[in-house]
Amino acid sequence: MSDHGHHVEQTVGPKIIAVSAVHPRVRTIQIERPEDEDTTFVAATAKGLGITIKHFAKNLFLPLRKLTTRAKTGAAVAEKRRNDIETVQYPEEKVVYPERFRGLHRLMLRDDGAVRCVACMCCPTVCPAHCITIVPEESDSKSIEKRPAIFEIDELRCVVCGLCVEACPCDAIRMDTGEHAHPVEDRANAIETKESMMARGIKSIAKQGGEGPNWQSTAKNPQR
Amino acid sequence: MPSIWEILDWPGTKWLFLAFGLVMPLASLLTWAERRQSAMMQDRLGPNRANIGPIKLKGILHFIADAVKMIFKEDFIPGNVHKGLFALAPVLALAPVLIAFAIIPFGPTIYPHEFFHHLDPIQVAQFHQHIPMDGEVGNYTDSIRLQIFSIDFGLIFYFAILTLANYGGTIAGWASYNKWALLGGLRSSSQMMSYEVAMGLSLMGAFLLTGALEPGAIVEHGASATFQLDHAMSGSNPLNWLWLWQPLGLVLFVTAAIAETKRAPFDIPEGEPEIIGYFVEYSGIRWGMFFLAEFIEIVFISAVIVTVFFGGWQVPFLDADGFRFGGELQQVGSMMVPTGGMIAPLPHWLVVLMQFGAFGLKVVLLCWFQLMVRWTLPRFRADQLMNLGWKLLLPLALGNVMVTALVRLISLYW
Repeated sequence: MSDHGHHVEQTVGPKIIAVSAVHPRVRTIQIERPEDEDTTFVAATAKGLGITIKHFAKNLFLPLRKLTTRAKTGAAVAEKRRNDIETVQYPEEKVVYPERFRGLHRLMLRDDGAVRCVACMCCPTVCPAHCITIVPEESDSKSIEKRPAIFEIDELRCVVCGLCVEACPCDAIRMDTGEHAHPVEDRANAIETKESMMARGIKSIAKQGGEGPNWQSTAKNPQR
Repeated sequence: MPSIWEILDWPGTKWLFLAFGLVMPLASLLTWAERRQSAMMQDRLGPNRANIGPIKLKGILHFIADAVKMIFKEDFIPGNVHKGLFALAPVLALAPVLIAFAIIPFGPTIYPHEFFHHLDPIQVAQFHQHIPMDGEVGNYTDSIRLQIFSIDFGLIFYFAILTLANYGGTIAGWASYNKWALLGGLRSSSQMMSYEVAMGLSLMGAFLLTGALEPGAIVEHGASATFQLDHAMSGSNPLNWLWLWQPLGLVLFVTAAIAETKRAPFDIPEGEPEIIGYFVEYSGIRWGMFFLAEFIEIVFISAVIVTVFFGGWQVPFLDADGFRFGGELQQVGSMMVPTGGMIAPLPHWLVVLMQFGAFGLKVVLLCWFQLMVRWTLPRFRADQLMNLGWKLLLPLALGNVMVTALVRLISLYW
């Protein structure tokens, strides 16, 4: 109550003990702290046990949430009647990775099946982990100067940053395979060779070499 | 030459059966159950992968994998440890809990010669008084009592022995030559000291109501010494069980007992994830012994709670010769023979099986409850723990003893 005789309307909220005579919004309020009332933790313990028992019972007795996709007789179960378990059982179930997931490297191919890489050395230069080794050699093609004789990536050193893909000027290296680095028993086996990365490669739709149309002439907004 | 039944009645035989047939497997399974249950409570699936060929069994085989791992792991002993005490500590932690099981009645008395028969009333009276049947009043028969030692000071023995388990932790901390292990050992002993008083006092009310310290007698008669509910089948009436007459004692004992097992929310001595505990220097099977001792202690605490508060091996309304409602005791010779009130007579083997199974079921349920508590509540701070032990549990336990003593006094002169 006010110490100057004002009657204070008690509404919902903290209990007002006193109101300042200078300004009615300066008030002394009493804060109720529920934790002060229960120093024996009995109510909180009972409540917590109730929550965990509820989860335990639900997860123990109700069918798995992903039952419809896993069951052989795919009888649908209402979402409410399923449990809360979020676990993905990895070898049997796999989550769909996002589109830009960076997986194992691959080397893209030209129309004739040769490697697109022109051994420009951009990727080993930008690689922060120094895991790319390229030994260039002279190319057979007249419009393309070089090609890699050796192209190796040490997947144990790779930090999967994707800078090699960013740096590549001719869409030769990509990390969009969606594969994880394979488990190996010997460190030497963790090195991806040109052949193994080309085996995962596909033909790129990008044009390569000096013979194709200029992108500036075919672009939709030529004023830039 | 002792007969096969006499051999089966030897304490050593019963201990071997209890320790290796019941307690060790249950404790080992609890190591799996704890992880699986905690996962289920946290919306995870938990370990379900250990398999022998195609046999998966929802991951139950994990406990075998754990045991194999712990046995074959390197047993690393750091330099400067006190080798003798270092080796002794795990034994000191494990042995007392296995010894303390000696007082727990884990089933009724079995009459092997009557196993496939229906007991007559005289035999039931003998059953209640643990009299081996002789030729004068019944057929001569041996009896096997499913309790290793029936000693008058029963639960006092339990307090005495289980206190020794505390030395395991303290000595482990001392012998490790590691200041954090030593501090863990000190925390362990201070916690044990502040809880054992309240623990002992919380059972005092039960002793007063039943007039017995011997767990077998508590199971068989319940609180009938004070309240005289139903003499004909005193122990098997759930209203005679002490959870009804000692609710505060039950809560206090469960709290103190969880502190005794050094598990969350009272896991200050070891504190698996964060604090460094007294067995930080232990590895391999020595650490495994501490681990196993902890789980055996859970089983043991459950067994004590079941025995004192939930009627032990008693099935509600199941007497030695079948289900009995009502009925009364009649004096026949020197024995009180239950008469009347029977509704479903059952053969002896079925009764024994049901009562033995009831004990196991109750123990498993209480183990489940202890795991539930461990994964629900956050850890207490050391000062909160001491406050709870000395300022709350101890006065409440004392008050419980006073009120119970008063009730007992009134009941004597009613």
